[in-house]
This record gives sequence, structure tokens and C-alpha cells, in this order.
Amino acid sequence: MSNTVYRQEDLIKVVLVEDIPAFGARVVQTPSGPIAIFKVQDDHIFAVLDECPHKKGPLSQGIVHGKTVTCPLHAWNIKLDDGLACAPDEGCVKTFTTHIENGVVYCIRSELMSHA
Amino acid sequence: MKKLKLVMIGNGMAGVRTIEELIKLAPDLYDICIFGAEPHPNYNRILLSPVLSGEQTLDQIILNDLDWYQSNHVRLHLGKTVTQINRKERYVISEDGTKEEYDRLLFATGSLPFILPIPGNNLHGVISYRDIKDTNEMIETAKSYKNAVVIGGGLLGLEAANGLAVRGMSVTVIHLAPWLMERQLDETAAQLLQKSLEEKGLNFLLGAHTEALIANQNNDRVTKVRLKTGLEIAADLVVMAAGIKPNTSLAQEAGLHCNRGIVVSDTMQTFDPRVYAVGECANHRGIAYGLVAPLFEQAKVCASHLAQHGIGTYQGSVTSTKLKVTGIDLFSAGNFMGGADDIEEITLNDPFGGVYKKLVIQDERLVGVCMYGDTADSTWYFKLMRDGQNISQIRDTLMFGETNIGDVGHQGHDKAAGMKDSDEVCGCNGISKGAIVKAVRDQGLFTLDEVKKCTKASSSCGSCTGLVEQILMNVLGSDYSATPRKKAICACTDLSHDEVRIAIRKDHLISQPQLREHLNWKTPSGCATCRPAINYYLISTWPHEAKDDPQSRFINERAHANIQKDGTYSVVPRMFGGLTTPAELRRIADVAEKYQVPTVKMTGGQRIDLLGIKKEDLPAVWKELDMPSGHAYGKSIRTVKTCVGDEHCRFGTQSSMRMGVELERMLFGMYAPHKVKLAVSGCPRNCAEAGIKDVGVIGVESGWEIYIAGNGGIKTEVAQFLCKVKTDEDVMEYAGAFLQLYREEAWYLDRTVHYVSRVGLEYIAQRIVHDAENRKALFERLLFDLKDAPDPWKDFEKASVDLRQFTPIHPKELTDV
Repeated sequence: MSNTVYRQEDLIKVVLVEDIPAFGARVVQTPSGPIAIFKVQDDHIFAVLDECPHKKGPLSQGIVHGKTVTCPLHAWNIKLDDGLACAPDEGCVKTFTTHIENGVVYCIRSELMSHA
Repeated sequence: MKKLKLVMIGNGMAGVRTIEELIKLAPDLYDICIFGAEPHPNYNRILLSPVLSGEQTLDQIILNDLDWYQSNHVRLHLGKTVTQINRKERYVISEDGTKEEYDRLLFATGSLPFILPIPGNNLHGVISYRDIKDTNEMIETAKSYKNAVVIGGGLLGLEAANGLAVRGMSVTVIHLAPWLMERQLDETAAQLLQKSLEEKGLNFLLGAHTEALIANQNNDRVTKVRLKTGLEIAADLVVMAAGIKPNTSLAQEAGLHCNRGIVVSDTMQTFDPRVYAVGECANHRGIAYGLVAPLFEQAKVCASHLAQHGIGTYQGSVTSTKLKVTGIDLFSAGNFMGGADDIEEITLNDPFGGVYKKLVIQDERLVGVCMYGDTADSTWYFKLMRDGQNISQIRDTLMFGETNIGDVGHQGHDKAAGMKDSDEVCGCNGISKGAIVKAVRDQGLFTLDEVKKCTKASSSCGSCTGLVEQILMNVLGSDYSATPRKKAICACTDLSHDEVRIAIRKDHLISQPQLREHLNWKTPSGCATCRPAINYYLISTWPHEAKDDPQSRFINERAHANIQKDGTYSVVPRMFGGLTTPAELRRIADVAEKYQVPTVKMTGGQRIDLLGIKKEDLPAVWKELDMPSGHAYGKSIRTVKTCVGDEHCRFGTQSSMRMGVELERMLFGMYAPHKVKLAVSGCPRNCAEAGIKDVGVIGVESGWEIYIAGNGGIKTEVAQFLCKVKTDEDVMEYAGAFLQLYREEAWYLDRTVHYVSRVGLEYIAQRIVHDAENRKALFERLLFDLKDAPDPWKDFEKASVDLRQFTPIHPKELTDV
């Protein structure tokens, strides 16, 4: 992630790392839909569509543990790194690339602009 | 680091389970190698009976296929019997000369059938019933021969006899004891069983000694069984099922101490500390267990020591028995014979209806159960036994069972056996009986937790737990693993709720990272189950000292509103005692209009619910309502419901509204293991429905009656009478002390009804009613905790409300587009 080199115009600044609660998330409204930006252990950042593959529950509101979030509606566990639901549930939520520089979380412009 | 070498002798269920547990704990610690005498990978030996009776196939009962061994880097020597162990130089050698060195050695050699020392016991056609080979031979024999004799009328013998009969053979069971399954059943139950099996076509000879097995004319196969009485019975097949004995010959030759099993300590170690033993070959505190449930407990303990975690100990198991013969319901556990002086028995006997139940009681505790015909409540009785729960309070109705099963959501079913495969068991997740049975068989599940994990059944409201346990038991028979008495909080730890609570107090733990480090949590940041529980335990044990962690709370308690299915929230302002004013109603109306609240509804707790509010509007809604938080979203005090009482009502004897308001003000901001609801009625007509509340207060002419542990939820529970008091102050003190006791001792997510049924009403009365000093101390601790309780809708900082969550991010560059 962070070792990829991006052109500045390809990036969109979304939020400061310090403005996301540890083991929590902030929601960014984009043309691609609401995106939940998560901060997990050691300030690692993940971004996924804020809709559980089960019944579109807002994942940003779930309890974060390890690299997993538990959906607040029906307790599906979704892995933040690949978006896959943990067994026995099956499904996948869209993930987004993030780039961290000087404490700022950036997303990729093209990923945010696709009207899904 | 160079890996340690672990060699396991035996490739059966207990052993492989140990390896599975070990790999989970310490995947890279050992280079693992397994010797298995049979040519098959690990299979589910329990399910040989359904294979014999044709209900399942061999392929379906494989638990670990060869790919499993390979992908876990476990080297497997199949079809090789270990014949020699050198403990000094630490290696083992098998028949064919394969040699493996070890740092740790694990015996999982299982047991051998007991072969009667009688003439003819080595004839062709004489077999035991232990493995796939025996089962196949029985299936093949049934194709071309007619007469079978099973020697031994125990569990295994009867399952074999039933299977052979289903496959068309004429079967006679010869049994030495005066009744069948004498180690699991009393005579009455055994006679009922015998009658049902005779109706299925089996023949029985009881109290019968077998003298010899006689060969046919060609002297190449058994043809008759002769009894001591001289009676001869035709037999083309003889199955010896007269018991098993631990397979210890190899261990004995290696000089390990054996006594009806390889003797092991509570850590599953033999007298050579490098050598462990688990399963049917091991003798723990004088008992060699033959059922899978205790063996899996052993496996877990053994694995934790092999993994060098070294914390668990195995302390023996209470076992139960269930016969896996389709259409026969039978259950026994503990001391089912009764008999001794200080032992009492309750029996129910309906020989025509084919139902028999015997409960054996000692010192007001259930110590044994024997049931035939109707075993619906067996899981409940077994739980009472294992928990050693005092049953004096429920003795009157004990015989009639628990109806442990919820009232709703499963079409009124309360008996698993009578359900069709398509019938729904779990109404929350839509799981049918057939889906559970299939998962248990195909995926080799043994415990309720495993079923929850794999099927989701009973993982939401939990009201079908009893049904799911019954289904498990029906599929697995005796090998159903009841949830152990000590239940870990979650997979992040082996510690129980009680153990964690004690450690928090004793070691003065005040933060989650500190607790996880101190108690060796297996995960760095816990999980969605333990985080909220631990957060509650910390702040309730060390109020004003431990810091609340909002990220460890469920979203409702973090956003201080109730999340709805579309991601909007509901807002319920507090109306103390169900009382409000025109000014409050006006503000509520204004807010509802201004924020276009789609639904305004009266709640069951006498207040008003505004549903469908956007999260970002919450702080403004709170401000404009200018009313206290109703905590309608929390594991906390919810409402105190009141009736009108003596201020207006012609029947009222007490001021229920005033009492309700005082109680609700006192309890404002109280977090608890689960939600807490109170009610105060001004007379015994009880219009406030105090009989189904956590604390129900009912006014009478001479004072107040206090009821506790009622519940109007998943399963309606009537509150129990605790005591009668005189003054309003008494009500506050008694109710407060009880709630504080619940807050200090209940497990997270237990309602008061669960807590009180666990500890018993007598205990509560002892602590609250009969011990004034303790009551006052509890009450003081409650008041200390609730001192200056912040209103989370106003005192954001003090109530640890993170306001950032209410602000969605709209990147400027995107809004400009």
C-alpha cells in the first residue's frame, strides 16, 4: 500500500489518522457510496464500503477487533483486509485502497468516483 | 528455532483432537508424527452404529481426511503398529522397522475389546465391534448369512444387534447380568427397553453364561453358541461386545505405570513427564473414560501443556449415556440406582405409555437420572447435576421438566425427536432440524458452541438452545459433549466469567490492555464477545477509577441511541416513572416535526420513541428535546413503570408514582450486565405488571412487597417474592442492594432471571434480607457508583461520548465535483 508511488492528482484526502477513534471508524460520503475508514491495532487503516454484504448494515458502527469488524445488525464478522465474511457466513464487501502520508488518509480518486 | 519432535501413537478421535488443539495453540512448535494401526485416517468411531444400520456411509464419518494431515504438516504412518519404545534414547519403532525420535510422546492407543476366554473364540465369524473393519465384516456377513449372536447387552452390543437386525439378520443377544445395560439403567427402565427392542425383532437371553463357540463341520466357521445350561443357539456370526479394556500393553512394556489404563495426572502426564496419554487408554483419578465428551476435555488440557501454555488441568467429568437406536429414547447419568440411606428417589412410571423417569436426589442436589421413553428434559437434568444446583426450590415440579425451550419462534415444538427435518428449530436465523443434523454429521460437531458457529442456530436469542442440544444428543448419543460447567467467556481465553471477575478485583485490573496482558489473552484486542463484557466488569468493579472504553461497547451504547435496520436510530427520552408534562410533549412534537421523524410510538415502558433519526442529527435532537437520556439502548436501567396509585386510584394503597420516580432517579445511569426494568404497582391488582420485571414492587396496606427476577422477554418468567418492607426508604435499599449484587456477580448478558436461577433465591435472601450489614454495604456501593452519573445526552466528555462519530466526512474535492 504505502510503498506504491501515487501521483498527487490521483489521491483524495479524506481524514486525519488522529481523527479516527482507535478500534473505530469514520464514514466518508462518496459517489461510490458511503465508505468506512477503520483504524485497528497499531494505527493500521482499512477502507471498505459501509454496507454489510448481509443486509447492508453500517459496518462503521460495529465493534472492531484484530482486523475484523462485527456488523452491528446481525453480528456477521467481516475481515477488513479482504472484505470477506468469516464462516459460516458467506459474502464479500468492496474494499478500497488507502494511502497514508504524514498522518493523512488518502483514497484513490478513481475508486471513489465510480458510481457503483 | 529447531522444532521439538512430537510422536503420537494411535490415530483416533481423542488423539487427533489433541493435535488439532495443539496446532491451534502453537502451530510451529512441533514436528508432529502419528502412527495409526488402522489403514484409515481419523474417523468418527461413534457413528459406526449408523453406518452399520445403513443410515450413513463410511465416507461420511471421516473426520480428518488425508489432506488435513498434509496441509498441517503432520506426518502420518498409516497401518503401522508401534511395537517398541525406548524411553531412555527417546524413540519408537513400529512393526516394519519405521523409527521415529521424540521429545514428547503421546499415547492415544484407545481400548481393545474384551474377548471372552472360551473355546472357539478365534473361529472365523467371531468378531468384536470396534472399528471400520469389524463394521464392514458385519455388513458383508449380513448379506449371505442368517443368524447372529451378540454377546453383551450393553450400549455397544445393543447398537450392534439393532444394526444387524436392520440388515436382515435374526439376532439373539446373550447377556450375563439380569437386565440389559445394567451399568446405565435400573431394572424398570431396562425392561421397557427390552420390550421395545423385542418389538423390533431382537431376542434376548438374560443371566446367560456363554460356555463355548462351536465350529461347523468343515471347522472353518462358527455355527453355534453353547450356554452353560447346555442350550445351543445357531450363530453364523458372533459379535463379542462384553466390554472394553484400555490398550496399555505397549505402555506397560515401556515401563510406564499402568493400572486399568495408563495412569495420568491432572495435566495428562504419565509417570514419565515427557510422555502424555489421552483417551480411552488413560486412567485419570481411577477412571478410564469411554465417551468422547470427557476425552475432548482431556485433549484440550493435554494440548495446552504440550503447547507450553501449561495452565489447564483436567479434573474429571460427569458422563451420561444415550443409546443410538432409532426410535428409542433413553438417558441415564450419575448415580441412577440410588439405594443408599441418605438418598431419595422420585419416580414416574407409565408402563403402558412406555415412559419411565427416575430422579435421584442427595443433599438437595440431583445426583442421578434414569429416563426411558421421554428424554426431552435430559439436557436440563444433566445440567442441574453437573452444576450441583440446589433443587429444593423446584423439587415440587422437578419431575415435570423445565420446558427449557422457548415459547416462540419454533412453531411450539419442544421435543426434537418428533420434529420433521424441514421443521424450523431456530426462528431467528431460519435453521431447520435437517440442517443441524446434517452439519453435526458432515462436519463432525460435538458441542453446542460448534453448532452455533457452523449453523448459526441458537446464536441469536438463544430460546432454541434446549432444542438444539436435544438434536445434538439424538445424533451423537452418549458422545454429545455438554457445555462444560466452566464455560470460557469466548475463544480469546480459557477463563470463565467468574474467574475474570475475581482477577479484576484481586489484582486490581483497571484497563483492557492491562487485563489481556495479565490474563494471557490469546488475541491482542479481544473480540466482539469479550470486549463489551470486560469493559462492563472493569467499570462496575472499579467505578470512578477504570475508564469506560466506548469502542468496546455495542453501537447503541456508543451512539446513545438504538440502531435500526436501515442504519437510522431511535431516540427515547426519559420520563421518570412514566410521568411527563405538556412542555415536554410540546418539545417532543417540535423535534418530531423539525427532523421529520417518520414514526412516533409509545413504548412498553411508558415513554415515547422517536424512530428513524439520522445519526448526524442525534446531538441536535438531544439538545432540542432537553430531556434526560432514556438509556433505552443500553445494558442499563431502562424504565420504572408505574400505575397511578393512591393519588387518584380508588383502589390504590400506596403512592406508586412517587415510589417509581424515586427509584428511577436513584438508578439513573446504572449500567448492568443486561437491561434492567422495574415496575411499581400501588395495589395487588398490579396494573404496572410488576410480576414480570427484574424488580417488581407492589403496594399493600401495610407497606411494599418486593419481587425479583421476573422477565417478559423470550421466555416469560414470573418474578419471585423476595420480602415485604415497610417504608419507601426500605424499598430503595432492598431493591438497590439486590441490583448491586446482580451487578457484581452476574455474567455479562445474563438477565436477573438467569443470575437468580444460577445462584438460587435462597442465596439472594441470605445476602439481602437476612444480612442487614451486607445489604447496607451493597447499597452504599451502588450509590457510590451512581454518584454524579453523567447524562450522556448532555455531559459528553464525562460520559465518554466521542462526538466525532456524528460528523460524516464529505471531502471537499468530491463535493465540488
